[in-house]
Amino acid sequence: MSNRDSIPTSKLAMFWSLTKPSQSGLLLSTGLAGYMSARCPVFNISTILQLSLSLFLAIAGSTIMNMWWDRDIDSKMGRTQKRVTSKGLLTDKEVLIAGILISVIGIGWALAMDWLYGLVVFAGWFFDVVIYSMWLKRRTCWSIVWGGISGAMPILAGRVLGLGSIDWIGLMLALGILLWIPTHTLTFSMKFEKDYADAGVPTFPSTYGLAVTRFTIAFSSVLAAAAMVIAGIGIGMDWGFLRLLGVLSAGLLILAAAMTFNPTERVNFGLFKYASIYMLAAMILVVVEVI
Amino acid sequence: MKSSSHRTFLLLTSLLAGYQVSVGIEGFTILPITAYTISFGVILIAALLIYILGIEVLDSPIVVIVSTIIPLSLAVGLVWQHLASVRTSFLILAIIGFLAVSLTRSFPMPNKLPIIAIALTHGIAGLTIFLLPIVLSVQGAAKPLFSLVGIGGALIGIVGLLLSSQSIGKTFVPRDKVMNLFPALLFFTTALFVAGFAFR
Repeated sequence: MSNRDSIPTSKLAMFWSLTKPSQSGLLLSTGLAGYMSARCPVFNISTILQLSLSLFLAIAGSTIMNMWWDRDIDSKMGRTQKRVTSKGLLTDKEVLIAGILISVIGIGWALAMDWLYGLVVFAGWFFDVVIYSMWLKRRTCWSIVWGGISGAMPILAGRVLGLGSIDWIGLMLALGILLWIPTHTLTFSMKFEKDYADAGVPTFPSTYGLAVTRFTIAFSSVLAAAAMVIAGIGIGMDWGFLRLLGVLSAGLLILAAAMTFNPTERVNFGLFKYASIYMLAAMILVVVEVI
Repeated sequence: MKSSSHRTFLLLTSLLAGYQVSVGIEGFTILPITAYTISFGVILIAALLIYILGIEVLDSPIVVIVSTIIPLSLAVGLVWQHLASVRTSFLILAIIGFLAVSLTRSFPMPNKLPIIAIALTHGIAGLTIFLLPIVLSVQGAAKPLFSLVGIGGALIGIVGLLLSSQSIGKTFVPRDKVMNLFPALLFFTTALFVAGFAFR
């Protein structure tokens, strides 16, 4: 595993780092879980492979486009200063072309597979690149809602591909992700508050203060856990897996409560990490349930 | 203190506890399922939090209360399943024990009440988990390997005592040693419980 702070040396590694493999991988895993939640013939290797590639390319394409658009503010923030776009290791033109090319291939492939699936994938890309990054990110801290909607699209897209339509379970799964994202991004914006202030990006902590941000995180965690459990019931998840999901949700709630009533840097970091483990575990449960 | 062996033990512990919550207690009635879900759920979340935040999280004063939940709920589940005549009394006793530990740890007490509450509650729960499965196995009421739960009970009793002794300032074993051993002890305890229930 490469060091997150190390700077890639080969051109290929530079382009690969633009895709944020861990983040894209986590989003892809939600897409696969959404597909499998439809209880369709999940072992159709061709469909699984095409879903994985088209979704990964669309997610990676939007990530690259974001990096291209945000290259000026990324270079002002300590956390992102080492990105290849911030350091000028790739030219703006190279990054833009890569972003457009990968996005077009990903979304085009998705549309060719199924028009509704392709439309949801495109919506995710559009909300992320145009609405979130280009329009709202530098204007309002509420931009994260649109970033969240975008992050919720892969799981909906996966389910749409498996089912052929949009149903309430798909929307509930997407709502679970949408409400989980503040747990992740707001704890991040608290940790790197100065970075965002230096770059002039409005965040919840800088706009409403830490207490409101902590309450928002706790509240959205409660709703995210509830949405995931409701979606689990809707999928027809086994009672044992539901119990496990309930236990994991309880952990999320306990940390969210601790962050509200006894906030420390350690609890903040713990919630940030636990939220990722929680979502990954929830996706694995959906997949294992079907298998 | 976050060595790779600690992380491995904690990850395996959370996987085992997750398995037990979701699969290992299927077929029981509602109260034992609830009791075992609470005990293995606490083990699962505790292992994950120690994995994320480091072993130093055990220094938190809340650990005394949390470490009481595991043996108490496990003992309640076992008694409810195997000692029908005293199940309700034991449930009430467990609730009183938990409240006693929680209250004596939440408010400053000048006398020895907190230590007495912990010793009594851990003692009763620990002895139940240790003796009941072994006695049932010996009597033939359960399969011989169900006694593994009892051995796990002895181990978690030791873990609980060590943790509690650290928290109340009576150290039998140096703190660093306890912290170093804890992930492995928690793993072996959980493994013994899971194996014991699997062969019940």
